[in-house]
Amino acid sequence: MADSFDLVVLGSGPGGYVAAIRAAQLGLRTVIVEREALGGICLNWGCIPTKALLRTSEIYHYLTHAEAYGLKAEKPAFDLTKIVERSRKVAGQLNSGVKGLMKKNKVTVVEGEGTITGKGKLKVVKDGKTTELEAKNIIVATGARARDLPFAKADGKRIWTYRHAMVPAEMPTNLLVIGSGAIGVEFASFYADMGAKVKIVEMLDRILPVEDADVSAFMTKALTKQGLAIMTSAGVEKLEAGAKSVKATIKDKDGKSATEEYSHVIVAVGIAPNTENVGLEALGVKTTKGHIDTDLYGRTNVEGIWAIGDVTGPPWLAHKASHEGVVAAEAIAGYKGVHPMDKGNIPGCTYSRPQVASVGLTEAKAKEAGHKVKVGNFPFIGNGKAIALGEAEGFIKTVFDEATGELLGAHMVGAEVTELIQGYVIARQLETTEAELMHTVFPHPTLSEMMHESVLSAYGRAIHI
Amino acid sequence: MPIELKMPALSPTMEEGTVAKWLVKEGDTVAAGDVLAEIETDKATMEFEAVDEGTIAKIVVGDGTEGVKVGTVIALIAGEGEETQPAKPSPAPAAKPSPEPAAKAPAPEPAAKAAPAPRPDPVPQNSEEGDRIKASPLARRLAQQRGIDLAGMTGSGPGGRIVKADLDGGKQAPQAPARSAAAQPVPAPATAAASAESAIPHEAIKLSNMRKTIARRLAESKQTVPHFYLTIDCNLDPLLKLRAELNAGLEGRGVKLSVNDLLIKALGAALAEVPDANVQFAGDTMLKFSRVDISMAVAIPGGLITPVITDVANRSLSSIASSAKSLAERAREGKLQPDEYQGGTASISNLGMYGIKQFEAVINPPQAMILAVGAGEKRPHVVNDALAVATVMSATGSFDHRAIDGATGAELMAAFKRLVEKPVAMLA
Repeated sequence: MADSFDLVVLGSGPGGYVAAIRAAQLGLRTVIVEREALGGICLNWGCIPTKALLRTSEIYHYLTHAEAYGLKAEKPAFDLTKIVERSRKVAGQLNSGVKGLMKKNKVTVVEGEGTITGKGKLKVVKDGKTTELEAKNIIVATGARARDLPFAKADGKRIWTYRHAMVPAEMPTNLLVIGSGAIGVEFASFYADMGAKVKIVEMLDRILPVEDADVSAFMTKALTKQGLAIMTSAGVEKLEAGAKSVKATIKDKDGKSATEEYSHVIVAVGIAPNTENVGLEALGVKTTKGHIDTDLYGRTNVEGIWAIGDVTGPPWLAHKASHEGVVAAEAIAGYKGVHPMDKGNIPGCTYSRPQVASVGLTEAKAKEAGHKVKVGNFPFIGNGKAIALGEAEGFIKTVFDEATGELLGAHMVGAEVTELIQGYVIARQLETTEAELMHTVFPHPTLSEMMHESVLSAYGRAIHI
Repeated sequence: MPIELKMPALSPTMEEGTVAKWLVKEGDTVAAGDVLAEIETDKATMEFEAVDEGTIAKIVVGDGTEGVKVGTVIALIAGEGEETQPAKPSPAPAAKPSPEPAAKAPAPEPAAKAAPAPRPDPVPQNSEEGDRIKASPLARRLAQQRGIDLAGMTGSGPGGRIVKADLDGGKQAPQAPARSAAAQPVPAPATAAASAESAIPHEAIKLSNMRKTIARRLAESKQTVPHFYLTIDCNLDPLLKLRAELNAGLEGRGVKLSVNDLLIKALGAALAEVPDANVQFAGDTMLKFSRVDISMAVAIPGGLITPVITDVANRSLSSIASSAKSLAERAREGKLQPDEYQGGTASISNLGMYGIKQFEAVINPPQAMILAVGAGEKRPHVVNDALAVATVMSATGSFDHRAIDGATGAELMAAFKRLVEKPVAMLA
């Protein structure tokens, strides 16, 4: 006998568990299936534990630069095992937090590998034992994993994915990071701050290629100043892992290849969706480049099968997955207030030093889309709080549509910008124009004043520059 | 027992309406005849008056709620001494109105009193004013730039907030999700045709109730009513001459007749003369009216409406003129009562002021005829067997062939022409 539910959520990452809670709130009898740990990659192997690591490297950076603040720290040192331990403890705490949330919301948790066996039918296998589940609706939230290079599989010894890089057994001395998206840049920043020699290799012509070109340029300068080496328009052609090092053959932008030796390599060249053994092919669920196609409510082309998060299209971000989870759960429950996903207003954050955060269109994309733009820019050096913090590096750029005053995009580099970006996200969600932003009173002294100044600057009205 | 206020049937055909705006708050005391709310029907915005006195105990259906079926309870009125909040067992006998409405109450009064100074406007308050339009700042700016009126629009944002997408069209959100398992990956076909994503830059404007009604009724008319058309040219000079004389004589009374007023009268008199054309097809029967009521098409923002001038054949020209003027004014303000635009035995539509020479109008069902009036223009015209220049107007009757045959229609048109050209007969 199969257990019958209103909704099965397959995968308990930030998409799945949020969808399950929202569905339960709306009165659906909900079951969530997880093969590993509740919370998925985000909580256990992604967002959260890396933030724990980056907090360590940030404090370490302050310790090694204590003099700048009039402090004395004699020979700061670290214990790698304890750093990793702390990161794991943080992940563990959140994992049990999700367990508690499932219980509180009366979401049934079934551990094991789930496979959809037919419309509304799912079997979960764990240690040879099979549980059958039935539900009118199934949300596929199986996420994604790191993509491997075709010529070198990550072995966890010398060649790492994010997952290995998060629990290092030893400190890399000479690290090669392949790929300069958020994951690559964050690990590059972490290990560089911890004292490793780091090189970033990016295939495209700039690092953080999804960000505004000004952001990429600024980050290149900032990281280079910190001592990182950056190669763009370059590709790694070969990786040979030895016992104590990896030999990497890198082709530079002029087409010249050179072989260099590194202690470790982190491969951060993107993700691959987890669509295998889910039972999607048999049902005829449509995909694009492996990622499941959905409408803005998470519906696939097969009735009763929904998909959210990294297993669907980009951007592949935890908060996008969570929001899609809410939207899909509400659509399934027939909730009246449901709204389609607006992918144009998903912020992106990179927690390197300096941090990067953005939302909406880059200046180039805005122009491509046919907008005549007004661009504002305000540097951290013009902000009192930034100077007091000793964080005078960075800027806030805003892009407005000249005709309508619509805030098309905002792009930030510098301390704490990942905490600031939400202001612009709300502004965009509420469709404010430059006028409302100008009329808003920002508290002094804060970094957020720069958000105001950037808007003012777009209209030639900045005060402190 | 609180009195249940139900969505009224403000017209015979009304099945549902929109509670456009409540003019009273919970806790307000109302007397019979007080205007409680504005109800938007498929044709107009109507005032909903209190029949009993008491205190508004509860507003059940809030502002802007669409598609409220006739008979649905929309508010509760508590009579004297009754508990104003029957649902909640309030602890103290808090029958007194709460301070909030009391504090707000005096505000509108002086405004209303101050109003009737400059213009003798019969309706002191515009329904739109004071209505908060829920729209994002960006949507407001776009609307302003594009000259779009946001009043009456319902947005796709939370709580009906008008957002950019509502003005942009094309990029509109896919249709709201069907319920749970009835999930359909393919957009619903019915609406898809209309909102077909056009590559041409455009904006999608949500249909007003009036637009929907116009679309439905005129499509029905053209699809089910077999139209035929008869055009006749009339020498307008005698009528213009008479009008000038009448207006000179009426000056003292402050009445000014328009050409249209005279044409309405001419059509009314013609229909009285040819009663076989003053009819309506009604399935197994045919209605032959003994009174002539003329609906006149009035263009108003967002559509048109046809207020009715009753008993045209027997009314004086000055009475027709003042009726027509008042109806047209109130039509443009959206303040017509249903009995003022419903009924009518025939219609008249005049596009002469735009220089239109001649056109065929769509019959306004269930009526059986409509007269389309073109411009009066100087044309070569034979008068007394000699070529002369005269002010000539082409008039075209559209007839429902199920009720009126060609010869009858022709008879009516001839009578109309005769009355226009010998207009004194209208006065007899």
